[in-house]
Amino acid sequence: MTERKTLRAKTYVLLALMVTFGSMGDVTLSRGMKELGRLHAWSFDGALVFFLRAFSSGTVWLGIALLLLFFISYLLVLSWADFSYVSPASAVGYVLVAVMGYLFLGEHVPVVRWLGVGLICVGVLLVGGTHPNTGQSG
Amino acid sequence: MTLRTALFIGIIVLAGQGGDIALSFAMKKIGEVKNFGPRNLLKTLGRAFQIGWMWVGIGLMAIAFFSLLALLSWANVSLVVPATASSYIVGAMGAQFLLGERVDKMRWVGVVIVCIGVAFVCAA
Repeated sequence: MTERKTLRAKTYVLLALMVTFGSMGDVTLSRGMKELGRLHAWSFDGALVFFLRAFSSGTVWLGIALLLLFFISYLLVLSWADFSYVSPASAVGYVLVAVMGYLFLGEHVPVVRWLGVGLICVGVLLVGGTHPNTGQSG
Repeated sequence: MTLRTALFIGIIVLAGQGGDIALSFAMKKIGEVKNFGPRNLLKTLGRAFQIGWMWVGIGLMAIAFFSLLALLSWANVSLVVPATASSYIVGAMGAQFLLGERVDKMRWVGVVIVCIGVAFVCAA
């Protein structure tokens, strides 16, 4: 495999990891926080007890761990790929969440959201057609 | 949209993208990661956090996050989140002018389409 192809392949792998860890982290953290119920007491003591309960939840920690893995993947891919490539390409996460919600959770997805999903796919394909690192593309 | 809401959306977009650009700048100083062994990854991350720009990036992202929390206390999420989709365009401009990336026509068209798509997804 040429260096150019290797760079593109590892960019795709890291982007896939970013999108997967990011989406799973958001969903897991949201689920963990919902398990705790609403924050009713807005006093300092009330908030402290709420956050202590949050940090004793395994689901919250799993969410934090997944988001940490997202951040590490993000930093690693930025060590070689253009920010103007990584940022729009990672918007594919919105597509993943909409499709997963529709297929696995039976969520209703409005037409406008499907239109947005379609536009994101077209935009990501266009960005994906450019070289991930313009410093090396020549 | 009030002036205060517009100002906060501006802060969120600029600080958020400024933060990402600072992180990108810090990671470019580290150079391309080629060895993905756990020990090397830890060493790379350790080096990254010794670069000042990494902390500038984290600080700017914290400003964006707390500004978003503040804005959501009075503005509707259905206005705020789609408006911040403009971050993709601001980010690409920052990448071109601050990081010196060559953003060609095809990438620009892709960025603008992604931006509109994200605004639609968030507004729905």
